[in-house]
Amino acid sequence: MQVDMQTITDILHNYPAQQRYSLAMLQDMQRHFNYIPREGMEALAEYLDCPLSSLYAMATFYKALSLKPKGRHIIKLCDGTACHIRGSVNLVGGVERLLGIQAGETSADGQFSLELVNCLGSCALAPVMVVDDTYYGKVTMERLPEILGQYREEGQP
Amino acid sequence: MSKTVLVCCGTGCLANGSKKVAGAFRQLLAGTDHQVECVVKETGCNGFCENGPLVQILPDDITYYKVQVQDVGEIVEKTILAGAPVERLLYKNDAGQRVRSQQENPFYAPQMKVALRNIGKIEPSSVEDYMAHGGYRALKKALTMTGEEIVRELEASGLRGRGGAGFPTGTKWRSAMELERFPKYVACNGDEGDPGAFMDRSILEGDPHSVLEGMAICALAIRAEEGFLYIRDEYGLAVHNVQEAIAQAEARGILGEHILGSDRRLKLSVVRGGGAFVCGESTALMASVEGRVGEPRAKYIRSVQRGLWDCPTVLNNVETLANVPVILEHGGAEFAKLGTERSKGTKVFALVGKVKRTGLVEVPMGATLRHLIYDIGGGVKGNRPFKAVQTGGPSGGCIPADMLDLPVDFDTLKARGAMMGSGGMIVMDDRSCMVEVARYYIKFLSEESCGKCTPCREGLRHMLAILTDICEGRGQESDLELLEQLCDTLEDASLCALGKSAPNPVRTTLKYFRDEYEAHIKEHRCPAGVCTALTRFVINPDKCVGCGACQRACPAGVISGSGKKVPRVIDNTRCIVCGSCREACRFDAVEAKGRAGL
Ligand SMILES: Cc1cc2nc3c(=O)[nH]c(=O)nc-3n(C[C@H](O)[C@H](O)[C@H](O)COP(=O)(O)O)c2cc1C
Ligand code: SF4
Ligand code: FES
Ligand code: FES
Repeated sequence: MQVDMQTITDILHNYPAQQRYSLAMLQDMQRHFNYIPREGMEALAEYLDCPLSSLYAMATFYKALSLKPKGRHIIKLCDGTACHIRGSVNLVGGVERLLGIQAGETSADGQFSLELVNCLGSCALAPVMVVDDTYYGKVTMERLPEILGQYREEGQP
Repeated sequence: MSKTVLVCCGTGCLANGSKKVAGAFRQLLAGTDHQVECVVKETGCNGFCENGPLVQILPDDITYYKVQVQDVGEIVEKTILAGAPVERLLYKNDAGQRVRSQQENPFYAPQMKVALRNIGKIEPSSVEDYMAHGGYRALKKALTMTGEEIVRELEASGLRGRGGAGFPTGTKWRSAMELERFPKYVACNGDEGDPGAFMDRSILEGDPHSVLEGMAICALAIRAEEGFLYIRDEYGLAVHNVQEAIAQAEARGILGEHILGSDRRLKLSVVRGGGAFVCGESTALMASVEGRVGEPRAKYIRSVQRGLWDCPTVLNNVETLANVPVILEHGGAEFAKLGTERSKGTKVFALVGKVKRTGLVEVPMGATLRHLIYDIGGGVKGNRPFKAVQTGGPSGGCIPADMLDLPVDFDTLKARGAMMGSGGMIVMDDRSCMVEVARYYIKFLSEESCGKCTPCREGLRHMLAILTDICEGRGQESDLELLEQLCDTLEDASLCALGKSAPNPVRTTLKYFRDEYEAHIKEHRCPAGVCTALTRFVINPDKCVGCGACQRACPAGVISGSGKKVPRVIDNTRCIVCGSCREACRFDAVEAKGRAGL
């Protein structure tokens, strides 16, 4: 995605120039660009008048933030305890085989990122998977191709 | 005559299509000149998501489960217009009878809802609805009381923090109240990082005003004028509902510049969490709210004294705060009638894992594990043997079968090396490997350790390496002693409670399930058939009826044989040991053996 400086400025100016809003501003950038572009970090450092390194410390500490671009569709596969006990490990393998990527990676065509997360708060439906913002409960190996298929673009394998 | 249709729109039911169901009700009930006037409400989570979407019809008191759009017409016709139930959508109790009311449903009947009192009954997006159910009456009362009087009620109630540590809430508020340093802050911990728990999520989503009211009462008592709710970023609906609730409460003059028209003020705002477990710890949470890296600090000075921006701060858990209005309204003494000697009130648990009925349950403190798992939960899924229940999240422990009659409260489980914690309760059967469970938690914790102090950062890495070795067949007998030593070090020398309590899962499994560790190490065998490097699945020809279910389930396609009554055979050299065949077999014919001889 092209990084648009105007968007970055707009995100920053939604908040007063105070350190306490830095996490919120980073989260907004993450949401908009699917990662935190370098330009965004620099603009934020200037806006808050703080060292760039302190922002890097945040971007690498918080799991919700990433410095590398993520795929268009983000698959969050739950490996929280309830899901783990109900066999999420097999699903991880299943998704990895279907997409040809490992957990934590993004597919070469930029379509999918696979993340293992630690509880999506819907444990009664374990095992749970969320694609973008849609929840899928009681996911089985058989349902995986169908669920992921909905997100593949026309003509994609 | 008027009726109310309550459609559950918590996250679980939404995943099962409840939004469409609510829409269908609205569409069918709109515009027609029925005899019955009807309101459709979208509520928060009823706690029984597995059977969602749930639809409740009042005043008939009929609850339907797994309702789909195509059922709506029939419900309108039979129940709403004619007052008769649609049998097939009712819950079937253990005796196979269909029951109408939640009060006859074995999952709900034994529960006692205090913190969850409104959830499922009100529309979280409507402050009017909250007030119609008694909301903000306690706040009104609090405005007529002094800080001292409010804190006395809290002390009399015996309320202890629901976030895990069980610290007396009244004591915490008193410390903050007595400090004469301003500004002061109130904060709500909605980070809910324990995997397998979703109590706080349900409250924030389904009854956000109860938490805001609790915070406002605290603010009045300690004289704070600003407050924060730190909510996990993953909880999109919770963030949305709380923000909406704050806006409504301010617009109505309940919060904001003049609390209910008085000269007291309170400004609340939501901070979205950054997705780090350690940020649930009080000092780390505060660092995160301030816009810094969420690392804990040493607590020589407690955060009540020096919290947000070094000012006095009261941090309470979501469920703790949701109890506060009840205490103020009915008095601390009334609240203290519930529960046990030292643990008052009720507790919400997330009953999950290998249990028949899973969901959110609220019971008085002191209920036994057996009551929770067998009476409410209906026992172990598939009637398999119970092995353990894990309570308290990553800092909790695994409790074996012979302790099922222990009452659940703050102190009893702690004395056994586990803890009640924030309320996660994960049931495990004979197909759960306790070594792997310990490894799972240590892996979680080693990833979540912030790395600030060495015992936690390095100790967890080593524990993980040892446990992985054991699970993969490289374990040695001396490992168990080494593990115990590492546990001691972490407990003694870690900076924050993450590191200090991290040994609990290892300690309790070592104590109560040592034989499983030994089977892994000495016999190279995983008794539960979970650790793939130590497991070989074999089909017992005497039990196999040749139904072929395992063949259809096997993702690797390595089960051969055809025809009824012909036992199937697994090719162990190509098997990926995923266990799908064992789950699929209804005759218990797939057995887990060690890998010896392969
Ligand atoms: C590693 C760690 C994680 C924690 N996570 C949470 C959490 O997610 N939610 C919570 O309410 N308390 C959590 N706590 C407990 C808080 O530090 C704190 O005790 C609690 O929020 C105080 O509120 P209470 O007294 O109402 O329980 C955590 C503690 C530690 C050490
Ligand atoms: S105990 Fe662990 S989480 Fe806590 S401060 Fe030390 S390294 Fe960080
Ligand atoms: S453990 Fe997977 S949703 Fe909670
Ligand atoms: S979301 Fe409906 S019961 Fe939980």
